[in-house]
Amino acid sequence: MSFEDIIFYFFSAVLVSSALGVITARNPVHSALLLVLAFFTSAGLWLLLEAEFLAITLVLVYVGAVMVLFLFVVMMLDINLDQLREGFWKWFPFGAFLALLMAGEMAMVLMGKQFGADEMPAPPSRGADYSNTKELGRLIYTEYVYAFELAAVILLVAIVAAIALTLRRRTGIKSPDVAQQVAVKRKDRVRMVSMPSEKKE
Amino acid sequence: MNFLQPDFAPAYPEIFLLLMVCVVLLADLAWGEEKPHLAYLLSQFALLGCVLITFATSAPGVVYTFSGMFVDDALADILKMMVYVTVSVVLVYSRTYISTRGMLNGEFFSLALFATLGMMVMISASHFLTLYLGLELLSLSLYAMVALRRDSVGATEAAIKFFVLGALASGFLLYGMSMIYGATGSLNIARVTEVIQTGAMSHTVLVVGVVFIVAGISFKLSAAPFHMWAPDVYEGASTAVVLFIGSAPKLAAFGFIMRLLAEGLGSMVADWQGMLIILAVMSMLIGNIAAIAQTNIKRMLAYSTISHMGFVLLGVLSGDGNGYSSSMFYVVVYVLMTLGTFGMIMLLSRAGFEADKLEDFKGLNRRNPWYAFIMLLLMFSMAGIPPTVGIYAKLSVLQAVLNAGYIWLAVVAVLLSLIGVFYYLRIVKLMYFDEPETDALILPQGDVKLLLSANGLAVLAFGFFPQALMAWCAYAIRHSSI
Repeated sequence: MSFEDIIFYFFSAVLVSSALGVITARNPVHSALLLVLAFFTSAGLWLLLEAEFLAITLVLVYVGAVMVLFLFVVMMLDINLDQLREGFWKWFPFGAFLALLMAGEMAMVLMGKQFGADEMPAPPSRGADYSNTKELGRLIYTEYVYAFELAAVILLVAIVAAIALTLRRRTGIKSPDVAQQVAVKRKDRVRMVSMPSEKKE
Repeated sequence: MNFLQPDFAPAYPEIFLLLMVCVVLLADLAWGEEKPHLAYLLSQFALLGCVLITFATSAPGVVYTFSGMFVDDALADILKMMVYVTVSVVLVYSRTYISTRGMLNGEFFSLALFATLGMMVMISASHFLTLYLGLELLSLSLYAMVALRRDSVGATEAAIKFFVLGALASGFLLYGMSMIYGATGSLNIARVTEVIQTGAMSHTVLVVGVVFIVAGISFKLSAAPFHMWAPDVYEGASTAVVLFIGSAPKLAAFGFIMRLLAEGLGSMVADWQGMLIILAVMSMLIGNIAAIAQTNIKRMLAYSTISHMGFVLLGVLSGDGNGYSSSMFYVVVYVLMTLGTFGMIMLLSRAGFEADKLEDFKGLNRRNPWYAFIMLLLMFSMAGIPPTVGIYAKLSVLQAVLNAGYIWLAVVAVLLSLIGVFYYLRIVKLMYFDEPETDALILPQGDVKLLLSANGLAVLAFGFFPQALMAWCAYAIRHSSI
């Protein structure tokens, strides 16, 4: 067993057990943290495949941004675990039967020789001076530019939808409008009144 | 490796529409308060512009661009034209409805145009990546449109169901595509076809991919047993949005099936034919039988859609050019009928009143004989009663099934559509033989009145002259990249 194999099995074991932990942990915060661990170890697996850019992006985007947001949401929501688990045992036999059936079917296909190492050999490894990131960048802006632009449009839709669904213009509230306050001019507030001085009688 | 500047000309309609969406967004932001109809007018202008540009840039033959990710052929041009017209009609029908419900704003129109853009991308995709991105662009806009009426509990519930199941379906589709990629080593549809024909890869892996792809497509088409979302979404979402979901995206879904199953996996027809037979029979069975029990007309039409999608799959599963063009004919006719029916529901609804119960159609003949007649035509066409066009749509699909040698399937389809006649004719009975429950006046805008009448009469006109439309569909399939 080479050093790479040892690392692979270590990361895989951690990944599978943390993924199991995500769905079995009682506390949702623990689940979210275990998911972070799962992302982290799968990033390690990608590094083994020499996909260093994807590995780093996974850590930066998912661990750094998405999961932190997710943790905030989990902490803000008041999730009633007992309510969630209601009816668990009632449906457990049926669900377990279906899950076993599906897992068995998938195993029959995936364990076969068509997915074996002979049919799908590992890609040849590149030298240390080969830059994965540079290749990705080149492809995205040349051959895949149409797909790249489409992905940008999808993000625009997400922005429009998020604003349309959450922006509420409430009328009749008493809070001050900061922009209006900043833009105020002297003549809006102070009125100079010239009055003739009065004599004391 | 050398990279050539792609030819932008075939994609001018897409580029123009994207620019116009941004214009609609900004114009609505700047002048939306004073001119509430500005976004509507700009959207109609954008669609008109797309029609002109597509017409001007349509060239005979098949043109690939963007490194083989984009294809422009007769199928793409004709389907896109139909999508523009459909979306435009949807906007005309919906305008009054959404303005009485306070939804007449830039977001509705810009999301509708984004969805249109997604459909265009799907229709002229020649790469798994663009197929998927187009589908996501369409689906995300649709989820948001369903959720737009956020004060309504029903709409929010519908949006959540639609979103969760839609995301699951996208996952299925992606998993299937990744299997195909694993087996063939390419995402380009033309290349995938080539590699499959060499037969150098494991057949099992390809079939696993096809299973997941077919499941994903059936979710999007709302074919049984992946139809659960449709009735709830149709009932919960506002009628204008349901009209949108039920019409143009079906055209795009047909294009999607053509590109993916007929073109990319065409040589595996023996593998997906069996799956489509099961889907088609289940859809027609569940759709037609469950529709009988509905009292909500939107829910009933959702089940009717499911059964119609079963018929569309019948044409596809025959696996030859004739079957594909009869299937396309069926989709076009279905869209025509759906537009009219939902247009009628919106016509009968007023501020604070949704005409979505079957009883709301009681005695329509007394209230307005002309609209009752239009609705009668639409229902006859949905049921497949001559001389409306519905009968020809069913006939051509059945012809394709017979040609493929499935006589029992054609018999089952006829028997199940006979069940369907009951619930369409029930509406006719309610309109003509029952007493009206209300005498509220029906006062549509001039353009709606004209368009709805034209829509109903088109169902009749195409029934007398179906050849023109049929020839168009045959032309589209024959001169496509399939």
